[in-house]
Amino acid sequence: MIQLQDIEKVYRTKTIETVALNRVNLLVERGEFVSIMGPSGCGKSTLLNIMGLLDEPTSGYVAIDGKPVKTHSDRQLAKLRNEKIGFVFQSYHLIHDLSVVDNVELPLLYRPVSAGERRKSALEALEKVGLSTRTKHFPSQLSGGQRQRVAIARALAGNPEIILADEPTGNLDSVMGNEIMDILLRLNQEEGTTIVMVTHDEHMALKTNRLIRFFDGQQVADSMVIEAQI
Amino acid sequence: MLKNYIKIAWAVLKRRKFFTFISLFGISFTLMVLMVVTSLFDHAFGPQMPERQTERLLFVNMMREQGEQGYSSSGPPSYYFLDRYVKKLQTPEKVSINSVFTTVNSYVNNQKLTLDLKHTDRAFWEILDFEFLEGRAFTQQEVANASHVAVINQNTRQKYFGDAPAIGQRIEVNQVKYTVVGVVKDVPVLRLNSYSDVWVPITLRRNEFLNDRLRGSFFAIIQARKPGDLPKIKEEYARMMTQVEIKNPKDVSTLYSFPDTILETFARTTLGGRGENSNVGYFYTLLALAAFLFMLLPTINLVNINISRIMERSSEIGVRKAFGASSKVIIGQFVVENVFLTLIGGLLGLAFSLGVMHLINNSGVIAYADLGLNVRVFAWGLLLCLVFGLISGVYPAYKMSRLHAVEALRGGSK
Repeated sequence: MIQLQDIEKVYRTKTIETVALNRVNLLVERGEFVSIMGPSGCGKSTLLNIMGLLDEPTSGYVAIDGKPVKTHSDRQLAKLRNEKIGFVFQSYHLIHDLSVVDNVELPLLYRPVSAGERRKSALEALEKVGLSTRTKHFPSQLSGGQRQRVAIARALAGNPEIILADEPTGNLDSVMGNEIMDILLRLNQEEGTTIVMVTHDEHMALKTNRLIRFFDGQQVADSMVIEAQI
Repeated sequence: MLKNYIKIAWAVLKRRKFFTFISLFGISFTLMVLMVVTSLFDHAFGPQMPERQTERLLFVNMMREQGEQGYSSSGPPSYYFLDRYVKKLQTPEKVSINSVFTTVNSYVNNQKLTLDLKHTDRAFWEILDFEFLEGRAFTQQEVANASHVAVINQNTRQKYFGDAPAIGQRIEVNQVKYTVVGVVKDVPVLRLNSYSDVWVPITLRRNEFLNDRLRGSFFAIIQARKPGDLPKIKEEYARMMTQVEIKNPKDVSTLYSFPDTILETFARTTLGGRGENSNVGYFYTLLALAAFLFMLLPTINLVNINISRIMERSSEIGVRKAFGASSKVIIGQFVVENVFLTLIGGLLGLAFSLGVMHLINNSGVIAYADLGLNVRVFAWGLLLCLVFGLISGVYPAYKMSRLHAVEALRGGSK
């Protein structure tokens, strides 16, 4: 589903060169729930951004569904992100000036979909995350857990095949974190959505199918969770 | 999508009240000034009552006498020159001779009334399109007989007779009595060739007809058969000027006089166009430059405000990009928002313009001014709004749309 081959990402300033990712090779299969762990600054988020086509690698090959994206234009990349990928961010990144339901409609705004259909899909997504009673609220009127659920609903609204979640429970307490994790697990198990999640939380990572560990921009372990637990 | 953009634009406007105030004030104030200036320009130079057929009219307002030693003097031409030379032109359909208006006194119920008086011929009423509220213009016979008849404007009727009809009534102006034969709608003072309070037959000044000097205190209005004849009239006029007899060749070696359109007359007077070139092109360039500079400052200001405003929303740009918005879509969104903001500013500007025009009309700063938002002025206003919105919105939107999604999500640090 997502293939990364020999990915390198180097940040250069006038005086310093920082290697964020060093020769990363990774294949995420359809329906997998992959968690990525590692210390801060080891390149996890950079990797997720490259997988989500939000960032370009300095060198290497990225393919979605077997098709390389290197030569894609800005418009083609936008279309691919819109149709295939949903994002969940640690700090939610909701648009404060829009209501919950308007936030959730966002991915559908860039598709040829009628306003009625858009609203219907958004309400369905909110139903899935248990927030159908908060549709008219604004993000500032919600708790952290509720905001993250709105963010998940937004990621779901476009019915993407892949969800990329960057520390989705990082800003939440354990109860709310577990609630969010349950929603993600349900999506993966019941709807077959492929999920790649960056996390610092070993407990959360152990709930997924596959755990990849990173250190200093390099992949140091890649194992199925059952094996990792053994 | 448009509804979503407008919804968010409205929310941003409400959230950032100070920024909204600064932006709207800048836009509406600038537009107000431009609209009022445009309206004044239209009022002075556009086709307005009674000079409606401006595309067929030329005006002779000046005669310049140039001496060999650099001496030069100029002023309105004389009746003699206009009657002997200009009236005899073959190309025009009609030529009217009329005097420069003079300020005279009158007394009504022991109260002094200052009025402007103009002497005109019959052709004046045929060429110009006055709106008669009562009665008629004076006839050819009345002009030939130097009858003491007068056409007065609405304001003068009000002062003399209140709301009562004026036809057949007598007025005394400069100790001369006239019978009122017509009442016309007030003409703004900006229309120098047709404006007055009281119009009387030109033959009442026939003692001046015999004076054979070339300069005096009269104007001519030339009406062409069709707009395309104006250049031909100018050519014939130029040929005629070479044949004008100079009575005092010791003092005057060359004569300059040109039939100009209203705008050419103004450009020649203000910018000193001496030759055939009336400087109207230069005048337009100056106007365009002034308007450009006037708009440039608020536009730059708006661009800056917009950049910081959009910068604050870099996270939103990042999210929109992450969920499928291309750079073009982002530009579109911010341009729509900005045009929306500018249109609100434009509407406010229109409202302010109406207020200012109402004040000017009622203040008497410009006598009988009747400034208003006609369709042309309104269209100009809308166009200016759009230009404003696009100029101040496109650049910041373009700049921000180039932001990488990851950078935008981090807060647009790059």
